[in-house]
Amino acid sequence: MIEVKNIKKSFQGREVLKGIDATFMPGQTNLIIGQSGSGKTVMLKSIVGIHEVDNGSILFDGKEVATMKFKERQKLRQEIGMVFQAGALFDSMTVADNIRFPIDMFTNMTKKEKDMRVDHCIDMVELENAHHLFPSEISGGMQKRVAIARAISLEPKYLFCDEPNSGLDPVTSIVIDKLIQRITRDLKITTVINTHDMNSVMEIGEKILFLYQGEKGWEGSSSQILHVDNEDLNRFIFASNILKKVRAIETK
Amino acid sequence: MKIFESIGDYCILMAKVFKKPQKMSVFWEHLLKEIDKLGVGSMRIVMIISIFMGGILTLQVSYNLTNPFMPKYLIGLGNRDTLILEFSSTILALILAGKVGSNIATEIGSMRVSEQIDSLDIMGVNSASYLILPKIIACILFNPVLYILSVATGIIGGAIVGPVTGVVSMGDYVEGLVHTFNPFYVTFSFIKSLVFGFIIASVPAYYGYNVRGGALEVGKASTDSVVLSSIFILCADLIITQLFFK
Repeated sequence: MIEVKNIKKSFQGREVLKGIDATFMPGQTNLIIGQSGSGKTVMLKSIVGIHEVDNGSILFDGKEVATMKFKERQKLRQEIGMVFQAGALFDSMTVADNIRFPIDMFTNMTKKEKDMRVDHCIDMVELENAHHLFPSEISGGMQKRVAIARAISLEPKYLFCDEPNSGLDPVTSIVIDKLIQRITRDLKITTVINTHDMNSVMEIGEKILFLYQGEKGWEGSSSQILHVDNEDLNRFIFASNILKKVRAIETK
Repeated sequence: MKIFESIGDYCILMAKVFKKPQKMSVFWEHLLKEIDKLGVGSMRIVMIISIFMGGILTLQVSYNLTNPFMPKYLIGLGNRDTLILEFSSTILALILAGKVGSNIATEIGSMRVSEQIDSLDIMGVNSASYLILPKIIACILFNPVLYILSVATGIIGGAIVGPVTGVVSMGDYVEGLVHTFNPFYVTFSFIKSLVFGFIIASVPAYYGYNVRGGALEVGKASTDSVVLSSIFILCADLIITQLFFK
């Protein structure tokens, strides 16, 4: 479980996060949604430790990150998997080497065990026959799968995904969403996904946190989201005509 | 104020870089790759430049020896000392600052803007040490090798051009090469090449590691790093020369 308490973050005097509280439970897909510039990525990067928050606290399974010793933080980081918006795969490594990298760095497995682990991760994201390809030789959707495979290679307790389906077609987006949801349930990990894709919200949004101008605008689930009386949230959700029609049909 | 901030940031980065690698087997593998890429990959350009410079130096010395009482072997001697003392250490370091330095700044800068460095940090990898330490060690280890290679090919260049153009016979040239040879000159330049190796790798790595923005900023960081490395190399040359020849 991850708890975020009253976190604030400013950049050059501009307040991006204005005191956000949230709790993300394990075994379910937690979504952070909001318009571009609402503070989603800053919040995610603050939780994983890329940005240091100006105020507030972040707790992983009840342990506050700020009070952790260096070694404890290093250990925590090995329990975190992150999928970046653009994949952030290592260009100079093949798909298999990208997935093997964290295993090489942090385990004492034999070569055979490492190979088996890499194969297992590749199977989980359904990416057969891509072992020897470089990131530049595979599609955007495949890159996202490799990034997910790398993120889960050390069997993390927490998985963070920053807009995992940006730049992907709707079909591939759904495949990636379902993949993340399946991994979350199978491995019983705490997953936090940053997105502004309404398809993802409706498909896998078990818990949704809506950010509006750096503040928590709303919190709930995908079953509630279409019927909320929140002007900011409605403006964001019903920017798409399809969802307006869905609501009209459901209201009838 | 900004200059002190940059010096402070550079020192902090170096403190992170010179930490024990988290996994020695990964470090050795990475180091060998860097030696191959940055060192062995520079051998061809070093040889080409040095062979031409050796030939040109031979011609320049001979055309300036207008006094008929000056012995011809001075051409070989002049070529040898110029190569050993300055060309193969300092001038070559300036060339490598352009070739290797821009490569390092661009590679690390691109990794920064594409979030690959963030990705390493999140995994719990000391990204500074993992990425920069092998490059610095590779440059420090291989720069003296390139120096020796440059001296050797420069002397060969002179040995080809001198007799072919008729400005000096092979006998006189070789006599010049061994005449009043001072081995300390080689030791001195060896020490310089170690220092230059550190500058060539660490300054561009600092620029690349601290890039913020996109492709434009990576390009600017690469250019700035080459300019600053060149200035640092010349300053270091001045200081070391003053220290050793005082």
